[in-house]
Amino acid sequence: MVNYIFRRLIISLLTVWVLVTAVFILVRVLPGDPFTGEKTTPEIKANMMKYYGFDKPLHVQYGRYIVNLMKGDLGTSLKYHNKKVTDIIAQTFPYSADLGIRALLFALIAGLCLGINAALNMGKFWDYFCIILAIIGVSVPDFILGSLLQYVFALQLKWLPVARWMGFKYTILPVFALSLYTVALITRLMRVSMLEVINQDYVTTAEAKGLSSFEVVWRHQIRNAILPVVTVMGPITAAVLTGTFVIEMIFAVPGMGKFYVQGIHDLDYSLILGMTVFYGVFLVAANFIVDIVYGFVDPRIRITGK
Amino acid sequence: MVNKMLEIDLNDISLYENIARDEKDLNIVVRPSLSYWKDAWIRLSKNKVALISLGVILLYIILAVAGPYMTPYDFKSNNPDATDLLPNAQHWFGTDSLGRDMWERIWMGGRVSLMIGFVVTTINTFIGVVIGGISGYFGGKLDMFIMRIIDVLYGIPTIIVAILVMMLLNSGIASLIIAMVIIGWIGSARFVRGQILQLKNLEFVLAAKTLGAGSIRIIAMHLIPNIMGLIITNLAMAIPNAIFTEAFLSYIGLGIQPPQTSWGQLARIGATVFRAYPYQLFIPAFFISTTMLALNLFGDGLRDALDPRLRGRNK
Repeated sequence: MVNYIFRRLIISLLTVWVLVTAVFILVRVLPGDPFTGEKTTPEIKANMMKYYGFDKPLHVQYGRYIVNLMKGDLGTSLKYHNKKVTDIIAQTFPYSADLGIRALLFALIAGLCLGINAALNMGKFWDYFCIILAIIGVSVPDFILGSLLQYVFALQLKWLPVARWMGFKYTILPVFALSLYTVALITRLMRVSMLEVINQDYVTTAEAKGLSSFEVVWRHQIRNAILPVVTVMGPITAAVLTGTFVIEMIFAVPGMGKFYVQGIHDLDYSLILGMTVFYGVFLVAANFIVDIVYGFVDPRIRITGK
Repeated sequence: MVNKMLEIDLNDISLYENIARDEKDLNIVVRPSLSYWKDAWIRLSKNKVALISLGVILLYIILAVAGPYMTPYDFKSNNPDATDLLPNAQHWFGTDSLGRDMWERIWMGGRVSLMIGFVVTTINTFIGVVIGGISGYFGGKLDMFIMRIIDVLYGIPTIIVAILVMMLLNSGIASLIIAMVIIGWIGSARFVRGQILQLKNLEFVLAAKTLGAGSIRIIAMHLIPNIMGLIITNLAMAIPNAIFTEAFLSYIGLGIQPPQTSWGQLARIGATVFRAYPYQLFIPAFFISTTMLALNLFGDGLRDALDPRLRGRNK
């Protein structure tokens, strides 16, 4: 197990390093620079380049960049002068995290309930309902669903606020739009996984022992069926995270995703660089934790170390 | 020898029952032998949902090719006298805020979206098959090397890589394809490698080796054809994802740039005016969603048909 954790750790660190280096190279060779368009004379521009350290040779910039990263410094935003990228992240991440965690929790609860329900009612109405919901959920992109929900429930029916992030009422639409894809994914996975477990010998044994059907389902079926869901938590986190880019834009949530997309438009290199590194480290860490958790729950992985 | 031990004379005619010629013929169950592909086609053609989905996809492809020729308008010429018109007899899908005909734009955009979806998945699958095939078959250090690269790259989400690449390259179809291919092949490479590992020690590979077939020939002529059904299924399942990624990138302003258009870009433009003119968002949204839905359903049907072992799973 220690071996396994160590291997995953090395791979995760390498992933972060590749991402950091790729982002660094990309950002330095990008066409155009953030100072064009502003009222700058060539001298001011040269001074700005010098101030931000862009006039040094690439390897010096890279070395400085890595050292700064180690210190937890992601640089200064080029657009929002004198604002550190870490400050912007610190200010916006709580909103994104709030949105993301709500979406993940909702997706997990709804997905598991629907999946279990579908499997227990195989071939009946609930099963078909869940299958149809799942296929629609993976087919409608989140940015379309977000606009659609906003149009129907906020603009037409006026049941819920159109945008912003000021209380529970404001969270309902964005959370739902962000999580439907994940709900669908978990529903599909849980249904299949339950169907495989339902006919296992140990379930028959549990029934034969005279356990109540609730106990059989809860202790013997769900517990075993839930394993595959753990494996997709990594990709699901990634999907929710990239989903926040557009959902925050649509619902005017002042989170990281909105700033990230805005930074792309503004050519705010150091902001994009910093935020991409942050996203990358965050996702790699999430994947690492999922791998470790899976290693603990599935003894086969612990032993073979694969 | 066994017969001698059992002391049975196999030539002893009393051991055998004499059956009439016609009765014997009756007992022979003959069925024309079906190839794998024929068998799959029969199964697919019984699946109504998959067939309807296929019909929808083909209809969209035909309209993307022919649609722009069906009206006298042009997808990029403005008309200040006919802005923001609702769908009507002249403009079947209405016009946008610059007076451009939406029907034209939808199908010109459809060309780009569908083309990118199909081209990206085909390239990804091809690269995946080559790398996965070589890695899985040769094994050893080469496999170690390739797998470590894949392990490291696997943790980075495609969309983030695509965003970075799109920032570097000029926007356009070619850049989008490069951005989506650059790490997009990893999934299929992992998948193909896993399948090759299962197959490469089977007898038919040994037989081919014994007959002197080279490694490349074994991979290309013996191993890959054996997993072709699974590869095609994976390809079909990946197309909606590619269409989604293109739409997503164009939606956040990184994909196709005007005057070129795509469904994602149309949705982006529609989103800016949708409070006043919701149809401008909902028309492209409808085509993106129904295309993905049809492709997902068709992919499911294809998997059930091509991989009978998985039938009924992942529904």
